[in-house]
Amino acid sequence: MADENAILEVFRYQPDQKSEPTFQRYEVPFHEEWVVLDALNYIKDHLDGTLSYRWSCRMGICGSCGMMVNGDPKLTCSVFLRDYHPQVMRVEPLRGFPVIRDLVIDLDDFMNKMTEVKAWMIPKEERSIEQGEYLQSPAQLARYRQYSTCINCTLCYAACPVYGRHTEFVGPAAIALAQRYNMDSRDGGYEERAETLFDEHGVWMCTFVGDCSRVCPKNVDPAAAIQQAKVSATKDFYRSLVPWGKRRTET
Amino acid sequence: MPRSKEVFWWSLFSAGGVVSAFFFPATIIITGLAVTLGWVTAEDLHALVQNPLVRLYLFVLISLPLFHAAHRLSHLTIDLGLAHARRPSAIVCYGAAIVGTLLAAVGVITGL
Repeated sequence: MADENAILEVFRYQPDQKSEPTFQRYEVPFHEEWVVLDALNYIKDHLDGTLSYRWSCRMGICGSCGMMVNGDPKLTCSVFLRDYHPQVMRVEPLRGFPVIRDLVIDLDDFMNKMTEVKAWMIPKEERSIEQGEYLQSPAQLARYRQYSTCINCTLCYAACPVYGRHTEFVGPAAIALAQRYNMDSRDGGYEERAETLFDEHGVWMCTFVGDCSRVCPKNVDPAAAIQQAKVSATKDFYRSLVPWGKRRTET
Repeated sequence: MPRSKEVFWWSLFSAGGVVSAFFFPATIIITGLAVTLGWVTAEDLHALVQNPLVRLYLFVLISLPLFHAAHRLSHLTIDLGLAHARRPSAIVCYGAAIVGTLLAAVGVITGL
C-alpha cells in the first residue's frame, strides 16, 4: 500500500452541465511504478466515474492517451508519477484542439489532414496478385522507416506553435507521413500529394521551431521530414525552370 | 509541382543559411583575426579583392545571408501570431534584402 498521495489537477469540461471548463483536484495513492494514466484510471474507478479520457494499449503503441502534463504534451502511459511527485500534476487535453469533454479532444481536423495529404500508399505500378510482392531493398526501407513509426498521437500538433495559432497548417505528423510515402520506392503519389503539401498551408508554414521532434514519443523527427520535403519541392522548382530538368519520380 | 511562391524565397533562405554557416567563420578569421595577428597584411587583402572570383564570393557572402535573415524575420510574424502583418513584413524584409543585394552588386562591380 502506498503511504503517501500524489496530487493531480485535472481539466474538467462537461458542456452538458457547465459552459466553462474548471480544474478538479484529486489525490491518488503514490506508487513508484504508476504512470499518469494509472492515476487517471484510479480516479475513474475509485474516485470519480464521470471523468472522460481516451486510452487503450498502455504501452505507447496506440497513441490515444496523449495529454498535456504540466504544460508539456505527453503520452500519459509513458510518464511516471515519480517524474513529477511531489509536484502537483496538472493534466489537460492536448493543446490546439477543440475539447469535446474533459480530456477528450476532437481529432476531426487531424484526420481530415491525413486524408488531404493522402497518407497512404499510391503504388507506382499496379501489380496483380500473380505478379507477386512489391519488393524493396533494406536500403530503400531505411530511407523512410523512421517516419513510418508515427502512431498518430498528435503530441506534435500540441507542441507546434504554428499549428497552435494557425490550424490551417497541415502540421507535423501529416507532413511526416506524406514524406514517408513520398520516400517509399514503391510509391508514385508524389504529384498527388504535392497539391496539399506544397501549397501555402503546407510545409512552408513551418518555421522550424522543432518542438514536434522533441515531444515525439517514437522519435519520428517530423521537423526533419518537413525540411526534407521543402528541399524536394525546391529541387523540383528549379528543375522545372530549365528545359533539361527532368520531372522527378521519387524523392 | 510546388504550388506556392514560397519555394523561391525558401531556396534563398536555405542557401543563405549554408553560406552563413560555412563561409562566415572563415571570412571572419581572414578579415578579422588574420590581419590583427599579422598573418596577412591589409595590402594582401586589398590585392585579393581585385580578383573577380573573390568579388563574386563577396557578393554571394553578402546577398544570400540577407535573404536568409529576411525570410527568418518575416516568418516571425507567424511565430508571433501576427497573420495580418505577414505581407507588410515580407515586403519590408525581402525588400531590404533586394536593396542590399543591389548595393552589393554595385560594390563588387565598381570596387567601392
